[in-house]
Amino acid sequence: MELSGIAAYLVSFFTFVGIYAILALGLNMQWGFTGQFNIGVAGFFAVGAYTSAILTVPESPWHVGGFGHPFLVGIAGAMVASALLGLLIGWITARLRTDYLAIATIGIAETLRLIIANESWLTNGVRGMSGIDRPFAGVFQTLGLTSAMGTLIVVTTFLVAVYFLVERARQSPWGRVLRAIRENEPAAEAAGKDIGRFRLQAFVAGSAIMGLGGALYAHYFGFLSPEAFMPLYGTFLVWVMLIAGGSGNNKGALLGAVVIWSIWSGSEFFMSAALPDAWSGQSGPLRVILIGVLLQVILISRPQGLLPERAPKTVPFGKVANRKERA
Amino acid sequence: MLAGVGWHLAVPAHWDSRRKGVTGGDRILIRIEHVSKAFGGIQAVDDVSFTVAEGSITGLIGPNGAGKSTLFNIVAGLIRPDRGRIFLEDENITGQRPHQLFHKGLVRTFQVPHEFSRMTVRENLMVVPAGQAGENLFKTWFRWKRVREEDRRVLERVDEVLDFLEIGHVADELAGNLSGGQKKLLDLGRTMMTDARSVLLDEPGAGVNRTLLGKLSEAIQRLNTERGYTFCLIEHDMDLISRLCDPVHVMANGALIASGPMSAIRQDERVREAYLGGGASGRMGAPG
Repeated sequence: MELSGIAAYLVSFFTFVGIYAILALGLNMQWGFTGQFNIGVAGFFAVGAYTSAILTVPESPWHVGGFGHPFLVGIAGAMVASALLGLLIGWITARLRTDYLAIATIGIAETLRLIIANESWLTNGVRGMSGIDRPFAGVFQTLGLTSAMGTLIVVTTFLVAVYFLVERARQSPWGRVLRAIRENEPAAEAAGKDIGRFRLQAFVAGSAIMGLGGALYAHYFGFLSPEAFMPLYGTFLVWVMLIAGGSGNNKGALLGAVVIWSIWSGSEFFMSAALPDAWSGQSGPLRVILIGVLLQVILISRPQGLLPERAPKTVPFGKVANRKERA
Repeated sequence: MLAGVGWHLAVPAHWDSRRKGVTGGDRILIRIEHVSKAFGGIQAVDDVSFTVAEGSITGLIGPNGAGKSTLFNIVAGLIRPDRGRIFLEDENITGQRPHQLFHKGLVRTFQVPHEFSRMTVRENLMVVPAGQAGENLFKTWFRWKRVREEDRRVLERVDEVLDFLEIGHVADELAGNLSGGQKKLLDLGRTMMTDARSVLLDEPGAGVNRTLLGKLSEAIQRLNTERGYTFCLIEHDMDLISRLCDPVHVMANGALIASGPMSAIRQDERVREAYLGGGASGRMGAPG
């Protein structure tokens, strides 16, 4: 492969890693911090992607649109739409145990995917939406960068911001309450915490982050179809990333995104090279098996993930600080 | 506003006045009125009424299955009674959720310790204080300095509590790794992280070794005398009950069968019958 080809591949690789890392951070807020079992990540991903696409694409005879809003409006709209979806689901399931949340989320994610596939006035159905612009392509062009490189910069910027906000939330009393709820609901309630409210906040915030991931995906890929939001790509991979990386640990979510995306995208090359021609049609399912086996191995050998959760550092103060000095 | 931070081991002035009021005329803090609760065909609690006086350590005893824990869960807001009402001072608190009762100064511990396992002992205590600014997501993002400043004050209080309970050496340990007795102390510690007025203790002594039990009962006594905490506790250990509690209420088969000081309870024929069955004449031991 030529050098420019390798560079282009790396740009695409890290853009996907960045997008998936954002999704994993959103899921970490829901599952890692709070213990909310959202297996409908794909639904929030899709709502974010389509919302931003519809808000920004030029007019088309095939679907609703033509608003032509700028990229950042699309992003904001995507986050608001996903947050509202999260609010609705979270509000309905707030009083239920987390297993019901799982059923509700996967049901709604699949419903949304079917709506996207069938309501073609809205989304052009299975033929998909195209012509979604990459962010600030003109600006990056004057700087001598390709639109793909520009998108990588934009995705990385959002990832850094999301990481910062989510990590600070984890270290704060807010995150402390979430973890307390995850560990022991009755005790958290006995400690005066309105667990329904905290859970809803975490769920909505996580949903908004997933919506952001969806919007970035739409603007990077430029084309959306319901295929992309199958549970496999939209939900399963994100879960494997978080669990492999270390649920509850934001750095783990980042690491999981890098590792699992490497294996997932690397397996595509590997399979096409290693499989006999007659089997080439089976490479897709085989990759899924590979990821499934990998998940089993991780759960058995290292259930807390590559980077297990660690207690946030508390602020140093009189006695603690003194003890440390003496030690 | 961070309620209660900056409170110290020395008894604050307002506690003194409150305690004087108590010795004057036994103010009622918790009033349980004709409370009943059935699960299916089983009458778990059957028309129980009693009161808990402010400043007292009130005991609740009875054989297994007597309905003590159900009654506790009703008072603590975890279960709704079928009939009857609960008052905290003059307010009807029947059916209020545990987190609402917490803010009114009524807190509880659990029979099986309810620690936050994968959090450090220190964090377990830091969770508790009400109204921390950092519990608001936007304040953690935009008022970080204030959040950290508050955390520092919360930590000071945590250290006082750890010292008081003498579990400072496990402060950075994950709570799930503590022994059963240490977890009980931690449960008690969580009630000390707020300005609780009344604390419901569900079998504080269960599964606690003798040494820790001494420490635990000492802590309860000190909280009562030095800070004016009112306690209502379920316990099977009769030594602990007679050392700490006055008065003692006895439940059997969902009903209240006797009330009074432990010395009188020991002599009560119905109580002996409930514990030993069939009116046997043995000494009341430490059942369960």
